[in-house]
Amino acid sequence: MAGFLFSLTDLAAACGNGLHTLYVAPLKALCVDMARNLGAVVDETGIAARVETRTGDTPQARRRRQRSDPPDILLTTPESVALLISWPEAGSIFGNLRVVVVDEIHELAGTKRGDQLALALTRLSALSPGHRRIGLSATVAEPVKLASYLDDGAGVMVVRADGGASPDITIMETGNRIPLAGHTARHAVPDIYRAIRDVGTALVFVNTRSQAERVFQDLWEINDDNLGIALHHGSLAREQRLKVESAMAEGSLRAVVATSTLDLGVDWGAVDLVVQIGAPKGVARMLQRIGRARHRMDEPSKALLVPANRFELLECQAVLDAIGEGVLDGAPRERGGIDVLAQHVLATAASGPFHPDTLYRDVIRAAPYESLERSLFDRIVDYVATGGYALVAYERFRRLTACDDGTLRIADEATARRFRMNAGTIVEDAKLKVRMKSGKVIGEVEEHFMLGLSPGETFAFAGEVWALIGIRQTDAIVTRARGGEPRVPIYGGGSFPPTTNVAGFLRKIMAEPDRRAVLPEDVREWLDFQAEFSVLPGVDDLLVETFPRADKVFLVAYPFEGRPAHQTLGMLMTRRMERMGAGPLGFVANDYALAIWSLRHVGDISALIDESLLLEDLDDWLAGSSLLKRSFRKVATVAGLIERQHPGYRKTGRQVTFSTDLIYDVLHRHEPDHVLLEAARKEAMDTLLETRRLEDMLVRVRGRILQRDLDTVSPLALPVMLEVGRQMVASSALDDLIEAFGGEP
Amino acid sequence: MIVNGVVLQPDPAGVLHWAEARLLAVADLHLGKGKAFARHGSLLPPHDTKATIRHLAEVVTRLEPECVVCLGDSFHDREAASELEQASLTALEDLVRGRDWIWIAGNHDPVPPAMLSGRSMETFTIGRLTFRHVPSCAMVAGEVSGHLHPSAVIAPKGTRIRRRCFASDGRRVILPAFGAYAGGLDVHERAFSGLFPAGFDVWLVGGKEMRRIPGDRLVRPAWIERDR
Repeated sequence: MAGFLFSLTDLAAACGNGLHTLYVAPLKALCVDMARNLGAVVDETGIAARVETRTGDTPQARRRRQRSDPPDILLTTPESVALLISWPEAGSIFGNLRVVVVDEIHELAGTKRGDQLALALTRLSALSPGHRRIGLSATVAEPVKLASYLDDGAGVMVVRADGGASPDITIMETGNRIPLAGHTARHAVPDIYRAIRDVGTALVFVNTRSQAERVFQDLWEINDDNLGIALHHGSLAREQRLKVESAMAEGSLRAVVATSTLDLGVDWGAVDLVVQIGAPKGVARMLQRIGRARHRMDEPSKALLVPANRFELLECQAVLDAIGEGVLDGAPRERGGIDVLAQHVLATAASGPFHPDTLYRDVIRAAPYESLERSLFDRIVDYVATGGYALVAYERFRRLTACDDGTLRIADEATARRFRMNAGTIVEDAKLKVRMKSGKVIGEVEEHFMLGLSPGETFAFAGEVWALIGIRQTDAIVTRARGGEPRVPIYGGGSFPPTTNVAGFLRKIMAEPDRRAVLPEDVREWLDFQAEFSVLPGVDDLLVETFPRADKVFLVAYPFEGRPAHQTLGMLMTRRMERMGAGPLGFVANDYALAIWSLRHVGDISALIDESLLLEDLDDWLAGSSLLKRSFRKVATVAGLIERQHPGYRKTGRQVTFSTDLIYDVLHRHEPDHVLLEAARKEAMDTLLETRRLEDMLVRVRGRILQRDLDTVSPLALPVMLEVGRQMVASSALDDLIEAFGGEP
Repeated sequence: MIVNGVVLQPDPAGVLHWAEARLLAVADLHLGKGKAFARHGSLLPPHDTKATIRHLAEVVTRLEPECVVCLGDSFHDREAASELEQASLTALEDLVRGRDWIWIAGNHDPVPPAMLSGRSMETFTIGRLTFRHVPSCAMVAGEVSGHLHPSAVIAPKGTRIRRRCFASDGRRVILPAFGAYAGGLDVHERAFSGLFPAGFDVWLVGGKEMRRIPGDRLVRPAWIERDR
């Protein structure tokens, strides 16, 4: 509420002069919540200000009215702001804007949605110069750096609120030994249940939606006291989520098992305890979640961490150490997305003619684009106008036309309309509605999971077990199932690598015996045994162990840089091992380690792992990989090359699938320098491959590789070895697979 | 592959080769599709026409057929045929000239392209085979057609692989689409129902060599209703 003090004072004096304050938050729920709180204040104080929300759920008629007659305070999301500035009436909507409040700013900065908002803010500056911007964030390591995200050239003042009492966080002790691998935390479920029973209200956070489903099932299995335990995640139907949220607000629930959908500062009354199952992955994330359990500033938040395996326990301890020493996570990605900028160019054009010089000057005032070169900007504008192809094939079909005064204007109203239908920076996998025979919708689940199920097979969803009857159009028709072990939905995304900050503390725990003193006995013994059997690496060392097993040589490295970076490393190392004649057969990566198995020993590991890994093979490999196709699909959608598949739309009858892979193949072969391919490469490297993180690691471990050639698997290698066997299949092996599949010649 | 007693060679490039007759059949080139999309506001890369012609030229050079049958939908729409770039037109005419080149009419291109050589016809019969665009509902032994863009999914070792394919029951064969921007339609879709009453085999395109895979070993995508 603090962010509105200025606005409310101002509005008390005079309101009804158009949009005064724009509030932007990353979640719809935050807007709704804030609208409720603001509404109460406005009612109490008698300020005549109109407070409204605008999200994807806002009815068409009200949205139209908001454009012609905006409220005093509008609460909305980055997507809605980006759409609002694309209307010709943007000038009149935002002309009298005085304040912009960006809530949970750390959630947006460094993401594509943040890029989108940063660009939209430059537009607001142009439409209403001199308005005030306020950013709100609970957990920031580098407030000044984050503040630059809001800086409009006028400078930013960073205000720190007193943090209040320090949080009371402990790692849950269970009578059971902590498993070596796995993510279910089944060993701790009875203890979690008791913890819930002993307090008034608890929030149980998990990292993925499938974990949420499983933990929820497990808790209900032992819920002898019939405690009100509910489930909340992003795939559930909206009505279902709202029901849980209001039950929580009324205080009629004892616990909610939730994913990040409940992360942000929505306030649903008294929460006595936060339970985090699985490693929290980052300090900011952890503090955010813990912050939910506090009634008053002077009362400490209470939180329980429940690691599901031993490395997660080390990671939990690393987060506690980092919080204890006051070291927060670093600032996120800095360079804004090319695809998002393409969208912004079209949005600007849709609201009226613009001059490229002016737009470029505005765009580079947005922090994510401050180092954007004019030549790249011009290529993006050219892409928006004509597709940006070397041969001038589409002059007749231009989306932007040039005027004599050097401005560009949108070709026609149809182009603007199509843009508004396709705008947005989130590209999701196709989803199917999970629907009962009666017609009731229970939620949505990724199409590829459902396609892996046969009719009659069961799965857990929304806290119940269902059997698939069949798939009709965009619906998966299901019926309640009884008994049997359900298959759990495997949702895309949702799991993050530990932040570099947390990874650093994790390495410290390995390196410094004092830090290990607080660990549970079985985990301490495990690490002591490792020290005796092999070695525990120093803070900046990279430990690499090799050992023979089943006619193969295994190599296990422990960079602690997260699964994406490890997968990239595994891919690059196996390519080099191939050239060295070691005969690599496969690899597996988790957040902590990488295991590669091969026919022969590579000899000196330092010849295998160095900085040149990233130079030699990456581009070559990337060009043929399906990763690049995946990121191209996203980039091409956000940049408006292809149209979004709208929910509810499904190809029916005799329609053919025309995939972006075909477009990618043609573009890659005939115009490899196209700006969208560049964008896809950049995105694949930054977000999917984490090459920057890998590069930092390779620099750090230069000359510090500890090689241990062992007779058998070490204690530290056991967890990743348990995952071996779930190996990935490289795309180049597809032809061999088809042959192995046994078709006759 | 044997169709109506004739030995045919499905080629990994996606064309059907009848070596004995020195004949090559190719389906659904969809030349000019990128430009057709651009006309409607999606500025897709304009190189698809060039890519398709180049790919076809490679195959023709390799197999040296005397007769080439294009099974219809060679051009994505009427404008595409009349607006072909000069370079593409020249490249195409270079292929057509000196061969018996047959343009079968398709639903996208019912009118044969005027400026190109070659013969235009609705159907073409030679020996025991009949070439046409749309597979007929009535069973015609020896029918070679396109139009449906068949594709299939297999699931070796827990992965999923989707490829364009030939589909045949020994009496008729349906060719995969050849065009760079021509997509695929799963062989389990309704459009194929009734065409192969006694089952069929597929040959997946794009690998190193062609292998026959029985239809019952394919993955049936779950969105296709079973209860029809």
